[in-house]
Amino acid sequence: MLNTVILISSGMVGLAMLLCLWRLLKGPDITDRILALDTLYINSIALIILLGLYHGSAMYFEGALLIAMLGFVSTSAVAKYLLRGDIIE
Amino acid sequence: MTSLNNLLAYTDHLVAGLLLFGAFFMLIGSWGLAKLPDFFTRLHAPTKASTLGMGSTLLASLVWFSVQEGSLHIHELVISIFLFLTAPVSAYMMGKAAIHRSRPMVDGTRNAEQAERASERRGLKDEGPESKSS
Repeated sequence: MLNTVILISSGMVGLAMLLCLWRLLKGPDITDRILALDTLYINSIALIILLGLYHGSAMYFEGALLIAMLGFVSTSAVAKYLLRGDIIE
Repeated sequence: MTSLNNLLAYTDHLVAGLLLFGAFFMLIGSWGLAKLPDFFTRLHAPTKASTLGMGSTLLASLVWFSVQEGSLHIHELVISIFLFLTAPVSAYMMGKAAIHRSRPMVDGTRNAEQAERASERRGLKDEGPESKSS
């Protein structure tokens, strides 16, 4: 039963990522694109967690943690660049 | 002990329910991101709904691996605490960047005139020593 639920959940998260991709391509302004990228990395963390559950392996969490940290750093760096014209003043 | 075994028998159902809940809320968050009319309403959907879905998915993984390995599996807790801390910060920074770029707002936004004042303060950087505080 759990395998089926994991596959269904992966499909839903994949659909969510497609919606984010649509916003990333369409987004009228660069702030929308940053927001779409932010949501995209959060969804990819969920997909990695689901992959780890599917394979029954606990090795995927380091990757998920890495994506979480790099995603936050890149989002805040791009937002800071938009805000001030510079990342580290 | 029997009650513990009964509890363990329901782990599958608990994990399945948490996974479906989490995936559903992540789908709602991204759907809101694609559908809502302007940036400031779009900002709400991923930062709230997707974070809730993420927390639920990570909780499912925590329960599953804790039961499988017989000890508390703490990695997921680290990821979810990190996400819960960083999601509001990045949302704040993106919203501030959008206000300073004078993004259009949907009709009926409250206090929209204060956004203009806030975006005018961008020029404050070149004016004096007070501009140091960012």
